[in-house]
Amino acid sequence: MATTVVTAPRLPALSGPAGRATFGGAIRSEFTKLRSLRSTYWTLGALVLLSVGIGALFSFGQLQHVQQFQGTGQYSQVAEDARHHAVVASLFGLLIGQLVISVLGALTITSEFSTQMIRTSLATMPKRTWFFASKALVFTVVALIVGEVCSFASFAVGQAILSSQHLNATLSQPGVLRAVIGGGMFLALCGLLSYGIGAMLRHTAGAITTAIGILFVAFVLSGFLPSNWAQHIDKWIPFNAGGAIWEQVSGTNMFSPWTGFAVFCAYAAAALIGGLILFRKRDA
Amino acid sequence: MIEARGLTKRYGDTLAVDDLSFSVQPGKITGFLGPNGAGKTTTMRLILGLDQPTAGQVTVNGKRFVTLDQPMHEIGALLDAKALHGGRSAYNHLLCLAQSNNLPKGRVDEVLQLVGLADVARKRTKGFSLGMGQRLGIAAALLADPKILMFDEPVNGLDPEGVLWIRNLMKALAAEGRTIFVSSHLMSEMEHTADHLLVIGRGKLIADCTVEEFIAANSQRQVRVRTPQPDHMARLVAAAGGTARENGDGTMVLAGLDARQIGDLAFENSIRLHELTPELASLEQAFMELTASSVQFHAGVPRNDDEHVLTGSGV
Repeated sequence: MATTVVTAPRLPALSGPAGRATFGGAIRSEFTKLRSLRSTYWTLGALVLLSVGIGALFSFGQLQHVQQFQGTGQYSQVAEDARHHAVVASLFGLLIGQLVISVLGALTITSEFSTQMIRTSLATMPKRTWFFASKALVFTVVALIVGEVCSFASFAVGQAILSSQHLNATLSQPGVLRAVIGGGMFLALCGLLSYGIGAMLRHTAGAITTAIGILFVAFVLSGFLPSNWAQHIDKWIPFNAGGAIWEQVSGTNMFSPWTGFAVFCAYAAAALIGGLILFRKRDA
Repeated sequence: MIEARGLTKRYGDTLAVDDLSFSVQPGKITGFLGPNGAGKTTTMRLILGLDQPTAGQVTVNGKRFVTLDQPMHEIGALLDAKALHGGRSAYNHLLCLAQSNNLPKGRVDEVLQLVGLADVARKRTKGFSLGMGQRLGIAAALLADPKILMFDEPVNGLDPEGVLWIRNLMKALAAEGRTIFVSSHLMSEMEHTADHLLVIGRGKLIADCTVEEFIAANSQRQVRVRTPQPDHMARLVAAAGGTARENGDGTMVLAGLDARQIGDLAFENSIRLHELTPELASLEQAFMELTASSVQFHAGVPRNDDEHVLTGSGV
């Protein structure tokens, strides 16, 4: 007579003083989450390609524009203008890059909600402030590194194109290094702003649309303001404030690079604080 | 030990959990039983701090879950097997959970082995079947060698093999001295696994007792009998203190006596029996009756306010 063998699985005991939930653990956990998704690589790859590619196209267009005036009396003036805007021309792709990093920033938090992973996450790491902060921190570090790669690569490619007519800028010129480093910082902050919005809205499409509205649409619409309004309002538009840092020369009626950057930081901080407050308060 | 006192949760107009007080004792399997929509999942979400109670409180080993230093070691939970990112591999899903609680990496492989998912560890979970997802959720719950395990409807949608696997696992984990808190809407499931029962309906506690007490208090002993001499059998049963009811299909249901007594009675009086079946479904019946008044969604009963809307709009 055969007896039924019940294969009772045995759980091996845990060795060592492990099992404590810490902020360091939360950071490692969030890094694993970010690096273990294909969408992270797709988005970051798209960010680099679009930033550098569009910067290169724009630099090339600038070059063509100047070449049209070759042999005319206006040439020296047009060339001087182009040199003046060499940095911003090569970094022009950041205008599109900000949208891509905003998608990743929003997804970092909204995908937790859309997949319901948030329930599993909070059932294992219930300290919500740690969870929120570690996620933001990991995202910021990754976004900053990739953002700087974008900014420096865009600069290098753009200036190489412009250099054929000696229209290029170099990092040793005043304000140029600040502008190029600032480009990467700007991208990371766009992502953080979007992360904060994502935490508030908990909905991927809604968060991305809102972030793009704030960063891009507000900038476009500001072009339609009557000029006597524009001179007071324009500089407060998020893109103008944050963009001041990656321009070699400040525009008229705009903030100085660091003041503008501080304003943009304040916008991002407002979104993050709002996101954190709601994230702590609401049922998951 | 899980302790709830006056636990209440209101979502808008709906009172999902209504003044629940109970304790889940260590070293036992406690079944959390109730019809769909009774508030079982909400109670579990309150235990894990996913939702804030409207009133009252619930503690895990004496503290609110969100204040625990070792959350995964105190309680391992599986609420929803689909609560994960489908783009992540099973291994990475467990790894990110393990890392948050500073558990060694090797632990991930151990639990994957234990639940039988080692071969698909590197596959993305969006291709997993319900049973595989359930196993992965259990692996996550077991990561930190938890003192308490909490499962929400773990056998829902599983094939018989999966159901058996989970039953055996729960028994083995309880035998190791762990506290098991498992919900179900099926009494028959709890009958096989639970030591203790908490029954809820419409967010209120209806019963808090052992399975034996529940059976004794709520189930009538019934035995189905098929015999060519039903009238004679009915008289004998009535004389012995039982009741008899003919089904009309040639069988009769006898209550008040157990199968052994009925078999002996028939033998002593030379009555032919063609069937003698103790009815086990009566327990499910008892549960249904107990919770009938508290079922939230009755089929086919129109709501009055809907009727008003219909007449009001001139339909």
